Amino acid sequence: MTLQAETFKSLVRVAAERVIASAPELTALDQAIGDGDHGTNMKRGFEAVLGKLDTIGEQPLNEALKTIGRTLVMTVGGASGPLYGSFFLAAGDALTGKNLPEDIAEVFGSGVNAVSARGRSHAGEKTMLDVLVPVLETLKADAGRADLIARVRVTASEAVAKTAPMQATKGRASFLGARSVGHIDPGAQSSCVLVDAVCSTLEGRQ
Amino acid sequence: MSDMVGIVIVSHSKDIAKGTADMVRQMVGSEVRVAFCGGNPDGGLGTNVPLIIEAINDAWSPKGVAILVDLGGAETNSEMAVEMLEPERRKMVVVCNAPIVEGAVMAATEAAGGSTLEQVRAVAEELTAG
Repeated sequence: MTLQAETFKSLVRVAAERVIASAPELTALDQAIGDGDHGTNMKRGFEAVLGKLDTIGEQPLNEALKTIGRTLVMTVGGASGPLYGSFFLAAGDALTGKNLPEDIAEVFGSGVNAVSARGRSHAGEKTMLDVLVPVLETLKADAGRADLIARVRVTASEAVAKTAPMQATKGRASFLGARSVGHIDPGAQSSCVLVDAVCSTLEGRQ
Repeated sequence: MSDMVGIVIVSHSKDIAKGTADMVRQMVGSEVRVAFCGGNPDGGLGTNVPLIIEAINDAWSPKGVAILVDLGGAETNSEMAVEMLEPERRKMVVVCNAPIVEGAVMAATEAAGGSTLEQVRAVAEELTAG
């Protein structure tokens, strides 16, 4: 299977629409432990991505990922803009000279490293990395398996639930200390929404 | 072109950013270039990379620019804005780890004396070290 431009375009469209539809849920999660703007910020960013869908669909995949990254950086208006933006910018750079889907773990890993560097954070601190890192581990461990996509989807939904008992040590939620325990992290949830949207779309096409 | 380090104030709130800039101008004077921005792209609370880039360019000095921020997203967005500048300008901009109001006043006071970017940053960050 080679990832075609038309497939990529529909992945972006579905992922953006799912994030936009999840905005109220993301905002509710963020009101519990953050500043309550994650849903509206992500919605604004992904609406801007949808607005560039035709351009994205015409670009080579590496450039398309960078367009998504730059768009998020310039429009989100919260820390999630540079965090998700850096993911897509780095993934686009890493994809240069590589191919999807065979190099997905390496490309995704570059994105994860960029998020980690931008946020000066790592897994276990109740952030989006608590979904992205387990997803990366599954991409590496189960590469080549016929059910890889289903495994990635399950990994993401299990990982997001595991953020509830964590105590936040990064981001706004860290101000709450022990009171952050018991709530799902909104950034982890938005990462799960994106991963799930991509996986379900790919599964539907198999 | 000013030969003093420029100061940029980035808050989630435009009112806080403007108020901080007003305090700097009153306490330090107008010889130091001060630019400010606040708010997300819809005008609500938040920070915004294109506005931060614009503020850096407004406050630009050959000696560089020191940025003072309030909460996490302002820092992350400011770091992103710096990376999106032209390559030769990037190394001449620093995001200070300092309280926004006190940091801006201290940084501007130091800048007014003709100090280097590193000196300006160090003076602002002393407020945090204590």
